[in-house]
Amino acid sequence: MATTYDIDLGGRDPALEAVDLSVYYGETHAVQNVSLTVPQNQVVALIGPSGCGKSTLLRCFNRMNDLISSARVDGRVDFHGQNLYAPEIDPVEVRRRIGMVFQKPNPFPKSIFDNVAFGPRVNGMKVDLDALVEESLRSAALWDEVSDRLNDSAYALSGGQQQRLCIARTLAVRPEIVLMDEPASALDPIATQRIEELIYELKKDYTIVIVTHNMQQAARISDYTAFLYMGQLIEYGPTETIFTNPREERTEAYVTGRFG
Amino acid sequence: MTDEQKRRRRFHEELDALQECLLEMAGIVEQLIHRATPAVLERDGSAADEVMDRDDRVDELEVEVDERVIELLALQQPMASDLRQIVTTNKISNDLERMGDHAVNISKAARRMTDTQPLPEIRELAEMAEITQGMVSDALASYVSRSAGTARLVCLTDDKVDDLRRSMFRILVTHMLEDPKRIGGALELLLVSQNLERIADLATNISEDVVFLVEGRTIKHGAELPDAPE
Amino acid sequence: MSDVTGTRPLGSGESAFDRRRRRIGTLFAWMCGLATLVGVFALGILLVDVLMDGLGRLDVAFLTSFASRFPERAGVKAALAGSVWILGLTALISFPISVAAAIYLEEYAARNWVTKTIQTNIANLAGVPSIVYGILGLALFVRGLGLQRSIISGALTLSLLIMPLIIMASQEAIRAVPRTIREAAYGLGATRWQVTATQVLPMALPGILTGTILALSRAVGETAPLIMVGAVGFVAFTPKGLTDQFTVLPLQIYNWVSRPQDEFRDLAAAGIIVLLVLLLTMNAVAIILRNRAQVRR
Repeated sequence: MATTYDIDLGGRDPALEAVDLSVYYGETHAVQNVSLTVPQNQVVALIGPSGCGKSTLLRCFNRMNDLISSARVDGRVDFHGQNLYAPEIDPVEVRRRIGMVFQKPNPFPKSIFDNVAFGPRVNGMKVDLDALVEESLRSAALWDEVSDRLNDSAYALSGGQQQRLCIARTLAVRPEIVLMDEPASALDPIATQRIEELIYELKKDYTIVIVTHNMQQAARISDYTAFLYMGQLIEYGPTETIFTNPREERTEAYVTGRFG
Repeated sequence: MTDEQKRRRRFHEELDALQECLLEMAGIVEQLIHRATPAVLERDGSAADEVMDRDDRVDELEVEVDERVIELLALQQPMASDLRQIVTTNKISNDLERMGDHAVNISKAARRMTDTQPLPEIRELAEMAEITQGMVSDALASYVSRSAGTARLVCLTDDKVDDLRRSMFRILVTHMLEDPKRIGGALELLLVSQNLERIADLATNISEDVVFLVEGRTIKHGAELPDAPE
Repeated sequence: MSDVTGTRPLGSGESAFDRRRRRIGTLFAWMCGLATLVGVFALGILLVDVLMDGLGRLDVAFLTSFASRFPERAGVKAALAGSVWILGLTALISFPISVAAAIYLEEYAARNWVTKTIQTNIANLAGVPSIVYGILGLALFVRGLGLQRSIISGALTLSLLIMPLIIMASQEAIRAVPRTIREAAYGLGATRWQVTATQVLPMALPGILTGTILALSRAVGETAPLIMVGAVGFVAFTPKGLTDQFTVLPLQIYNWVSRPQDEFRDLAAAGIIVLLVLLLTMNAVAIILRNRAQVRR
């Protein structure tokens, strides 16, 4: 049975709460009875060696695992007091309110404008699209670089710019939580740094959960860190504790590079 | 090397080398204190040169430790206990270097005392010397064995040394008032007692650092009231 | 041996081993080139032969005359019109149904044994000889639905023939759309049909179109099934309605080739040229459409 880690939310409301969450891929128990609380307007990092289930766990939070036919989810994910996995909840609505940025930048083969406008359009948002696109691109620190070429293809942008475009796209539907699955792992160090700065800014308005295999990145940008190993939550706490004085031996072994 | 240690081999080799420097420093400093303190009690002026020479080596090592620490921090991104060890090593090396300087002061005082009129034996001085030497040994032993319990004991002993220094002060003042010809010798002994007290304080610092290293929390400056040993 | 690498300075000449290696490489390249030439050569001979025989007979009169017992008065008008009608009708019928089926199989169907069975059967159907489709068309459309020997029966029969091809090509094209694009779209709160219609289909369209045109090219060249459902050899009118009788270019060509007189062979050659031009035009259209769809990326 896994240990539940109660963290000090610091007076904030919980944005998301996983309760005894498990994911099965066929017979494999990929995520095992994980419980953790994500505080609002904070950055939570999920770290662990390859295959430990951190991406799978992340994808539970916006029901992306529904798209994989062999995946089965047990347990609850509470969002504003409602279980996201309750039968009456529409996953499409969940994904509008909990957005996701992926590992490799994946802009649509459309113009920059159409990329950002896609989300609002398919969700039937009645808004001034021009204003919304500008707002989203500004939030993603990309407006200054593309404002004069919104009709250019998204593929004309560099890797780092494309990833910020994907972030702008996600922000355009005005989610509350942004999930990021190794958002900078395909980028060069300068682009990575800009994404990290962006995350720090976004924290003011959004709650962010980020999966990263780069421990130093987790140490730099997150407020809380969860260490997963082989599907289990080994330790979860404030980032400075995890990296200076972790409670669990396995956590210590991982952050000091003795395995993983 | 175990499987775990094969990873980050360079890092571990660097870390071991850092440890070696510190242990060498500790060894020398302990010896310096052992050489300088009896020199006072026995009015032996020959210790000074030897102690000063060997203290040069301590100073060299402190510089080397500083350089290695910076390099490890910048290049290897140490975390958790590795990080605490490196930071602690840096602090302890500073403390050891100052201990060395105090030992030099003591041995110089011993040499100057050979020209002064000897004073009657002061029990407190011998006691101070013994306790201080013990504290230094225990502090260094607690570092080597990573024992927080031993370290805490050292912290507790510091008060005694402070008390002894105050007693020494009163005794020496008395001696000076009794016989003005004793002033020279008494002043040297005063100096010696102050240096010994400083050495004891530094040993306490080292012990507090050891607790931080082992337990990950700081007990400095009364952050934690030292309670009964476990 | 002094042939060990690394011990001899660069540019000091070839060893026996290097010489042998180089020669084998040259020989290999030549053999591959010759193999290519064989195919090109055969095609070239065919084209030259056809052009030599038929080019002389090719004129406006040829294109605007109906077939006749007299070779100097015969033309491909009926056959050309028939082929174009068949082409158009087959495209109209087979394209939407096939693409819809492909979308269903790739995006909506669950991956279970039922779907796998359907998939296998579609692949099998693609390999069934066309004459079998002719028999099927005869039973189902001509007699069963009472459509008689008409152009609509022919179009329906050919549609059945090429639908497996279009379905498989479309599935490939849809499958080629990166999963990451779909994920991104779902992640933004799009429903399945939105993802399919706004992202998957537009990206798959070039591949789908290419597959469709290739399948239609095959249909244009089919003879046997059309004979079964009533394409006749001697037609003196162009089709005006779906229920009209008809003939097609391959059939007309075959007719002429089977006549004993030499002049009919020239007519056949001219007919072949017309057929080839039709096929090339279709391919050109396919390439243009594909390029236009791709440029929008």
